[in-house]
Formats: sequence, structure tokens, C-alpha cells
Amino acid sequence: MNGYTNAESALILMGMVLVTYGIRLSFLVFGHRAAFPEWLKRALRYVPAAVLTALIVPMALAPQGAVDVSLHNAYLPGTIAAVAVALWTRQTLAAILGGFVVYGLWRWWVA
Amino acid sequence: MLVGAAPFGVIFGTLAIGSGLPVWLTLGMSLLVFGGSSQFVAVSLISSGAALPVIWLTTFVVNLRHALYSATLLPYARELPARWRWALAFWLTDETFAVVENQLRHPTDAKDGSWYWLGSSLAMYFNWQLWTLVGVVLGQSAPMLATLGLDFAMVATFAAIVAMQLHARPVLFAALVAGTVALLARELPYKLGLMLAAMAGVAAGVMTEKLSERVSRAAEPQALP
Repeated sequence: MNGYTNAESALILMGMVLVTYGIRLSFLVFGHRAAFPEWLKRALRYVPAAVLTALIVPMALAPQGAVDVSLHNAYLPGTIAAVAVALWTRQTLAAILGGFVVYGLWRWWVA
Repeated sequence: MLVGAAPFGVIFGTLAIGSGLPVWLTLGMSLLVFGGSSQFVAVSLISSGAALPVIWLTTFVVNLRHALYSATLLPYARELPARWRWALAFWLTDETFAVVENQLRHPTDAKDGSWYWLGSSLAMYFNWQLWTLVGVVLGQSAPMLATLGLDFAMVATFAAIVAMQLHARPVLFAALVAGTVALLARELPYKLGLMLAAMAGVAAGVMTEKLSERVSRAAEPQALP
């Protein structure tokens, strides 16, 4: 389903392991009382939210490549539902399920 | 924490298999990378056929915050032998950091601290392996999950994770800016749009934080001379 050879997949994994382990080793093993700059500390706090949003917004608003805010795009109501349930219940799992239900029903009946 | 990680492990395993990743790669990520968000992001990039350096660079950016954890925990690990530090670093994740940092700040006994650290690392690690495996089995035994909209499962999962943090205004702005830039730059090659959006989002978050600090400082009553 995806176009990578086994060797490429192995390289993907090895690269991810090296990068991640390297980051974790950085200070614990190689660090000597290095001070972490304040601006970097602040910036790092926003990385997960920024990356995850950057991944999902194009998928939700333009699933086929072109921006699609019509009734045929079930991703949009599904995503809005997931966000709404998360804000309302503060339960991640409930939000995922809620989004999925709206997405499924929408595809069934509307799109 | 162990319970909280369970659904993500299952979803990760199911999504990865449904997106066409081989079983060994899915389990290998959980066993060797052991970093939830970066694993999800990698599945999303792999299923869209991204180039290898793009996947590595994104992994780096997503996991860079672990360097902060590594630096924060260093004072507690300074006295430990090197093999301990190599091992503990391998298992350093968001969850482990949260638990261990809290425990070590109120130490009862330095020796106990390192065992506590190792113990929670291992618990978190095996928990993640178990739930990934459940997800893999689920993904294999129910291939129709893919036609049910597996892509959407990824969107819903990420949206839920982000939404849980939106009550902090800087995060809200970071998400808004990152989302807008990602949408506008989605046609750029090599997923450059993702990097651009992430940087713009982070910048927006930091600036909002600074601005709101300045505003609240200005609103504070003047201190006595």
C-alpha cells in the first residue's frame, strides 16, 4: 500500500531511532551543566500542537487536494465534532469516538 | 498514565497496519523509537509517501522537546553510573518525564529515586508495547477498518489531542497559525509546508505568550516604591 521497499522502511526506522535516542541522550549522557535557553524552552512547548494541527487541517479542509467545504466533505463535520467533544468533555477518547460517529453518519446520509 | 496511553497504543497499531505499514515496522517503532506523537506523525508521513529525510527531520522536530527533559533530569542523574544514564535516556518520554520529575522534586532517598525512575520507565514501556500489539492484531483482523475511514481516525485523534490543550490561549494561536499556513502551503514539495507551518505556529505561540505576559504585567497594581 505504501511505496517503500523493505530496505527503505528499515532506513526510516533506523533514522527515527537514531534521531530520537540522540535527543534523549543529549544532556543525560553528554550534557555538562548546559543551560537551556529560555526562548527554546518556550518554543518547544508549542511544537506538538503546531505539528499536529499542521497535519490535520489540510486533511480536514482539502482531503482530495483542493479546498472542499461542501456537504460532501465528511472530514470537516467529523473534525469539528471531535474538537467540540474534546472541549466539552475533556476526554480524548470520547472526542475521537464522537468525531468518528459524526463522520460515519455524515458519510452514510449526507455526503 | 498507563490507562491513558492504552487507547493511543491501540489506535497507533491499528492505524499503522491499516495504512499499509509492515508489522515489523509498526512494532519496531514502538519498541525502538518509543515516542507516541512522533510515531503517529511518521505513520501519516509514510502513508503519504514522504521522502526519508522529511520523515527523519519531522521526527527530530517532534521529539526535540525530549532534550529539555534530558536537561531537566540531568541533576538527578549526575551521580548515576553511565549505563544507567544510557538506559534511562532510552525510555525518556513525556509521561515518564512528568511522573519522574514530580517524584524527584520531593525526594525521600536518592537511591530510591533512580529505581523509581527505572520502574516507571519500564512500566510505561511495556504498557506501550502491549497496546501497540493489540492495535496491530486489531488492524490485521479487521481490514475493513481501512474502508471505514482510517484516515479520518488519524485526523480525529490528532484533533482531540490538540483540542485538549486549546484552553491555553498561546496554544490556540499556535494551532490557528499552523493550520492556516499548512493549508496555504500544502502544495509545496517534500512536505515543506508542514515544517513551515510548524515553525509559524510555534512562533505565534511564543509571541502570544510574551504579549499576554506584558499585558498582565501592565495591569498589575504598581508596587510600592
